[in-house]
Amino acid sequence: MTLLSVEHLTTAFRTERGEVTAIEDISFTLDRGEVMGIVGESGSGKSVTALAIMGLLPMPPARILGGSIRFDGTDLLTLSDKAMQRLRGPGIAMVFQEPMTSLNPVFTIGDQIIETIKAHERISERDAFARAVQMLEKVGIPSAATRMTDYPHQLSGGQRQRVMLAIALVCRPRLLIADEPTTALDVTIQAQILDLILDLRDEFGMAVIIITHNMGVIAETADRVLVTYAGRVVEQAPVNRLFDEPLHPYTSGLLACVPTLEQEQDRLLAIPGNLPEPARRPPGCRFSDRCEHAVAACRDGLPPLDDFGAGHRAACIRALELRR
Amino acid sequence: MSRPRRSLGVLRRLLHHRLFLLGAALFGIILAAALLAPLIAQVDPNKLSMRNKFQPPSMNYVFGTDNFGRSLWSRVIWGAQLSMFIGGAVVAINAVAGTAIGAIAGYFRPLDNMLMRINDALMAFPAVLLAIAVTAVLGPSVNDVIIALAIVYTPRTARIVRSSVIVLREMEYVQAARAAGAGDWRILRRHILPNAMAPLLVQLSFLFAYAVLTEATLSFLGVGAVPPTPTWGNIMAEGRQYMTDAPWIITIPGAALMITVLGLNLLGDGLRDVLDPRLRIQQ
Amino acid sequence: MAGVIARRLVGSIPILLIVSLITFAMIHMIPGDPAAAIAGLSATGEQIANIRRDLGLDQPLLTQLGHWYLNLMQGDLGRSLLLGQPVLSATMQRLPVTLALSGYALVLTLLFGLLSGIVAALRQNTWIDQAAMVFAMLGISVPNFYLGLLMIILFAVHLGWLPTGGYIPFTADPIGWLATSTMPAISLALLLTGLLARITRSTMLEVLRQDYIRTARAKGLPERRVVLRHALANALIPITTVIGIIVSLLISGSVVTETLFSIPGIGQLLTQAVLNRDYPMVQGGLLITTALLVLINIAVDVCYALLDPRVRY
Repeated sequence: MTLLSVEHLTTAFRTERGEVTAIEDISFTLDRGEVMGIVGESGSGKSVTALAIMGLLPMPPARILGGSIRFDGTDLLTLSDKAMQRLRGPGIAMVFQEPMTSLNPVFTIGDQIIETIKAHERISERDAFARAVQMLEKVGIPSAATRMTDYPHQLSGGQRQRVMLAIALVCRPRLLIADEPTTALDVTIQAQILDLILDLRDEFGMAVIIITHNMGVIAETADRVLVTYAGRVVEQAPVNRLFDEPLHPYTSGLLACVPTLEQEQDRLLAIPGNLPEPARRPPGCRFSDRCEHAVAACRDGLPPLDDFGAGHRAACIRALELRR
Repeated sequence: MSRPRRSLGVLRRLLHHRLFLLGAALFGIILAAALLAPLIAQVDPNKLSMRNKFQPPSMNYVFGTDNFGRSLWSRVIWGAQLSMFIGGAVVAINAVAGTAIGAIAGYFRPLDNMLMRINDALMAFPAVLLAIAVTAVLGPSVNDVIIALAIVYTPRTARIVRSSVIVLREMEYVQAARAAGAGDWRILRRHILPNAMAPLLVQLSFLFAYAVLTEATLSFLGVGAVPPTPTWGNIMAEGRQYMTDAPWIITIPGAALMITVLGLNLLGDGLRDVLDPRLRIQQ
Repeated sequence: MAGVIARRLVGSIPILLIVSLITFAMIHMIPGDPAAAIAGLSATGEQIANIRRDLGLDQPLLTQLGHWYLNLMQGDLGRSLLLGQPVLSATMQRLPVTLALSGYALVLTLLFGLLSGIVAALRQNTWIDQAAMVFAMLGISVPNFYLGLLMIILFAVHLGWLPTGGYIPFTADPIGWLATSTMPAISLALLLTGLLARITRSTMLEVLRQDYIRTARAKGLPERRVVLRHALANALIPITTVIGIIVSLLISGSVVTETLFSIPGIGQLLTQAVLNRDYPMVQGGLLITTALLVLINIAVDVCYALLDPRVRY
C-alpha cells in the first residue's frame, strides 16, 4: 500500500559559485499510515527533500534535475501549480521547525485555521469555525473556543506548534511532513508534541515523515529510517535494525552520540569534522573525509546503496567487513 | 581587526557595483565642471549682452543665452560650483556636528533625552518650510543658506549616528575595552565611531543630494542666494517667464540639477549595498 | 487602542513645546533690529516703532514668551502684516487647498508606489522589476519643480491640454479641479512614488522570505491570497511608518509646487510671507503646519497599531 514513492530525486541550487546539487538520487517509498524518519545533519538535504515533495522549493534558485515523486499514483513533478496547491492541505501537509515564526503574526489563530479549511472545502463560516475549535481541542489547546481570537504572540512556543499541527491536520491530510517539529521547543514540550503527532497519526490514519537530526526523536517515533549525508541517502532500514545493526559508519557515528530527548544537541559531536560544503565535497564517498574507516577505494567512486536484506540498505563499500 | 583588508574589499565591491559607478560618473561630471569652472567657463556668468539675448544652444553658445544675453554655459557651470560648495559645506557641517551630537546623545544617556527632544522637534518641521523660514530670518546669502540647510539636516544625521552608537555601545568588544579601563572618549573615538561610519557615509551621500536639491528649491522660490548669483534655482526662476520661447533656460540647469541628484542617489545606494550587509541581501 | 493614542498624544507635548519655542525664538534671531528688518529699508523711524509696539518687541523677552503661549492657547497666532488678517484664519482659509492637493498626490503615491513596489518584488530580477526600479530612481532624483516646469512646457504651453496654473476648488467645479490639480499633484507625487516603490519592494522581499509565507503556501492557499493577504498585511506595517515621512515631504513639496502653479495654499502663503518679511505669518504658518504634521504622525502610529496586533495589546 504505497502512498508516496520518491525515485532518483535530484535537485540543484544556483549559488554565487555556480549550480550545486542539494540532494542527489534520493529514493524511498512510504506506506499508508507509516512513520518514516529522515535523519541527518543540517545541510544534508532533509528539508530540501521535504520541500520538493510539497512543491515548495523556491524555483529559482532551486531546480529539479531529475527523478520523480509519486503520491497516491500521481506524479507531483508534472502536476500544475493549481493542482499542487489543491493537494497541499488535504493531501500533504507540513509543520515546520520554527513555531515562533511560522504563524502569521497579524492574523488570529482561528482565522489561520479557518482559512485553511475554506481554501479546500465549500463550507459555511459557522461549520468552519466549529471544525477549527474541534481541531484546536484535538491538538491539546485548552479552552479552544476562547483561544480562537488569540494572536500568535499570545501563545507559547509549544502552543504555537500545536496550532501549526492543527492547521496542518485540519484538512485530514494523507501525509504529514514534520520538519524538525520539536527542535525549537524545550524538552518536556518536545515529548508531548511527538506523542501528539503519533496519536493523531493513529486517529487519522495518515503517514508521517519526521525530519530530524536527533536520533532520540527517531527512536521514539519512526517505523523506518532514512539517513542522509551531503545530499545522498547513505542508509535506510527499519528502525530496530538501524539501531541494532547500523551498516554505515556515519549512522554508527550518529548513534554513538544519541542525544536523549532530555538533552538537546545541535551538532553531532561524536563525528569529527563538518559536513562538506556542496562545492567542496570529496570525490567518491562523501563521508570519506570524516570517516575513521575510510580507505583509498572509498574515494574512487560513489558507493552504491546496496541491499542487505529485510529492507536494510547502505551505501558503504566496507559495510560487510565492518559489520564483522 | 583587519581594517585595511576590509576597506580593500569594500573598494573592490564598489568598483564592481555598476550603478555605483554610473552614479560616480554622473556626480564626477558635475564636480569636475564645478572645479574647472574658471578654466572652462571664462565668460563672466553675469556679463550682460543684450544683443545676444535668447540665443538657442549653438556652436557659439553651447547652452544658449538668457533674457539678458548672459552665457548659460557660464551660468550653469558657475552654478554647479555654487551647488557643490553649498552641498559640500552642508555635508561637512553635518559630518562634524551630526556625529558629535549623535555620539554624545547615544553614548551619554543622561544627555540623550534632552538632545533628542530638540532633535525630534527640529525634525518635526517640514524640511523645506523650516529652511525657508530660517533663510527668512537670517537673510538671503550663500552662507545663510548653508546655515539654514545645516539646521534642517543635522538632526537627521545626528539621529542616524545616535542609533549606531547605541547598538555599538552594548557590543562585547566595547564592554571589554571599558572593563580594561579605557576612558569614554577613547572608547568613542577608537571603538565606536569608526564602526558607525558606514551608515553615516551612506547618509551623507543622500544628504548631499537633499542639500543641493533644497538649495535649488530655495533659490527657485527666491529666498536663496540673491539674483543675479548664478545658482541653478535662480536661473530656472528667471527662465520661467520665457519658457515658451526659450525653454533651454529652464531645461539645461534643471537637467544639471537632476544629474547631480541622480548621481548622488546612485552613489548612496551603492554605498549602502556594499557597506550595509543586512540591506545588501535584498539586492 | 485608546492607550496608544493617549501615549502618543502625551509624548508629542514636549515636541510641540520645543517646536513652539523655536518658532517663537525665530523673530529674535533676526540679525540687528527685528522691527527694522520687518519694516523694510524705506521705513521711517515711526513705522519701525509702530511695528515694534504691535509685535510687542519692546517688552521684556519673558513677557513676550508669556504672551506668545497665552495667545497660543487662545488660538491667537497674531496678525499677518501683509494680509492684515489673523494668521490662524489666513492659514485655515488656505488649508483645504493644500490638503486637497496633498490628498490627491498621496492617492497617486499610494496607488502607483505600492503597486509598482509589490509587482517589482514579485517579479524580482526580471525586466519588470528593473524597469520599475529605474523609474523609481529617476522619480526620487527629479526635482519636483523641474518636473512641474517640464510638464507646464509640454502639456500647457505646447499641447494646451491643461492650464499653466491657477486653482479651481473641487466644490466649485470637480473637472476644473482635476484640470488645475493634476499636474501639481503629479509633480508632488513622483518623488514620493519612487520612494514608496523602493521601500515597498524591499519590504515585500523581506516579508516573502518569512516562515509564515511558507506556511501559507504549505496549507494550500492560492498564491494570490498568499501575496495579497499574508504578505501584504505584514509588509504594510513597516510601510505605514513611512507614510508620516511622505506626508512631511508632501507639505515640503507643496511650498514650491503651489508657488509654481499659482495655487493659493499654505505653501504659497508662506512663500509670500517670507518674501515680504511677514514674520508673524511665517511663525504662525510654520507652527500650524508642524503641529498638523505631528498630529498626522500620531494618526499614522494609530494605523500602525491597528495593523500590528503585537503593538495593540
